[in-house]
Amino acid sequence: MPEIIRVESLVKKFGEFTAVAGIDFNIEAGEIFGFLGPNGAGKTTTIKILATLLKPTSGKATLAGYDVLTHPNEVRQSIGMVFQDQSLDDRLTAEENLWFHAMLYDVPNSVFTERMEQVLKLVDLGDRRSSLVRTFSGGMKRRLEIARGLLHHPRVLFLDEPTLGLDPQTRNAIWHHVRRLRDEVGTTVFMTTHYMDEAENCDHIAIIDHGKIQAVDTPAALKRMIGGDKVIVGGVGSDADLEKDLAAKYNVEVQKVDSEFHFQMQSGAEFVPRVVSDFSGRVRSIQIKQPSLEDVFLRLTGHAIRQQEGSAIDAMRQGVQLWRSGGRR
Amino acid sequence: MKALKVIYTIWFREYKTFMREKGRIVAMIGQPLLYLLILGKGITAGMSLKGSSDVDYLRFMYPGIIGMSILFTSIFSSISIIWDREFGFLKEVLVAPVPRWAVAVGKCFGGATIAMIQSVILIVMAPLVGISLSVLMIVELLILSFLISFAVTSLGVIIASRMQSMQSFQMVMNFLVMPLYFLSGAMFPMSSAPTWMKPLMMADPLTYGVDALRNVVFSETMIVVAGNVQQPLVEVARTAGLIRWSLSFDVAVMTASAMLLAVAGAWVFSKSN
Repeated sequence: MPEIIRVESLVKKFGEFTAVAGIDFNIEAGEIFGFLGPNGAGKTTTIKILATLLKPTSGKATLAGYDVLTHPNEVRQSIGMVFQDQSLDDRLTAEENLWFHAMLYDVPNSVFTERMEQVLKLVDLGDRRSSLVRTFSGGMKRRLEIARGLLHHPRVLFLDEPTLGLDPQTRNAIWHHVRRLRDEVGTTVFMTTHYMDEAENCDHIAIIDHGKIQAVDTPAALKRMIGGDKVIVGGVGSDADLEKDLAAKYNVEVQKVDSEFHFQMQSGAEFVPRVVSDFSGRVRSIQIKQPSLEDVFLRLTGHAIRQQEGSAIDAMRQGVQLWRSGGRR
Repeated sequence: MKALKVIYTIWFREYKTFMREKGRIVAMIGQPLLYLLILGKGITAGMSLKGSSDVDYLRFMYPGIIGMSILFTSIFSSISIIWDREFGFLKEVLVAPVPRWAVAVGKCFGGATIAMIQSVILIVMAPLVGISLSVLMIVELLILSFLISFAVTSLGVIIASRMQSMQSFQMVMNFLVMPLYFLSGAMFPMSSAPTWMKPLMMADPLTYGVDALRNVVFSETMIVVAGNVQQPLVEVARTAGLIRWSLSFDVAVMTASAMLLAVAGAWVFSKSN
């Protein structure tokens, strides 16, 4: 697969504050690439640099072969953008918002109607095209923004926290649309999120914290880093020797948590029958837990991702602040 | 070609969203009525203009009210850039592959169009204050409205591009819009203003706009002066110093201001984030 985005030692400082501290990554065409990290990790700043809305302090970024610094217009034409906080005119109808976008992105009139039907169908808003955006729910607005971002057939679609502040049902629906988009249209999707469970949907994930990329890989490979599944064995009665025996038998480090014994083991599921036969009669229960991205994040950064359910207002405030500091350059 | 398309698109959105805001249209009709019927009639009943008792205050004030309405409407149009910024829509425009100066120019055309609609509403009220209308005069008034509004909207774009929140709007009203209005000669003639104020009034571009509006508005009305002689209002006003310059001079100054401010507005907007 050819590369569509290449980022080399990218740095962005706002005065004394370093938002992005020298990051490198490549994104292949046609994949869903996720930026996973807590709020303030530098995700939005990176997106804004790639979208030519902010100039990097140093480093280089190219998108579809165009340098973001020297060819901003070509870059802008190649991307679709869905911002963290909404950017629709809610006094216009869905159709008018799309028309406005088509005009700015030079989508010819002859294909506009067809494209509009196409993108509205993709996000299931076909029957609401003549409604004022003001009457839309948060999820519908987000879907309309995704549709708008696709109208000019961009090479890359940027989704900055696309599911922030949405209910779980809408979040699932948006993911459904994003995957459909990748499969049916072949658009590269670059998204940011701080929801661990959502990051699982990405082909590749970059874990970012304090402006630095800690790791880039597939979700599965990242989880393999943890060193296998977590096996939790519960003993029968007060079997004082079980901890010692488990450690000796499988050559693992056993941790006693409450009355259960925890240890790491590659392919834990296949390991269950062995434990049952080896410790027949001494084992009351066995649980296998696959490592989550949460565990990966913890391992890489030494702290848990701040699971704040950031409200839309918070996100907007943060966006506005970044926006302002950008303006003061 | 691309720039023209952008200007048209931005203009069309301004126009479309304006037409959907019924409250703004009501305000557009209500505000000048308030000024003309209450302030104008009230002042006319209480006093006469110094040294020009033949021109009643209401007639004197009418072109000033047109100027004021254009000023307020235009500033409001351009300030919408700040709304767009606060509500996020500005980002959709800024991330698009379009020249930003064209966006600013589109805004100016949008503001000017809305101001022209405002002027039409005011022109319809002319008979209320004893002013005669002609088709030529209406056309001239519309062109003048466009010109004045284009200049003021451009000025608004310059300010709005640098302003981050709606909170500072009150400051703009107090320290820019109101002084521009008071110094324009809309409420009182420059001839009777204190000496120290005259240079300030000369420096206010709106002064020339209001002067131009008086040139046009007074052109079709005849009034009766001492000795039962009928005289064109425009002549009486000129003699009394209520009109200072010729229409062509006023238009020249306004055009130059509009161009200068538009270029500055486009430049400041394209530098802003």
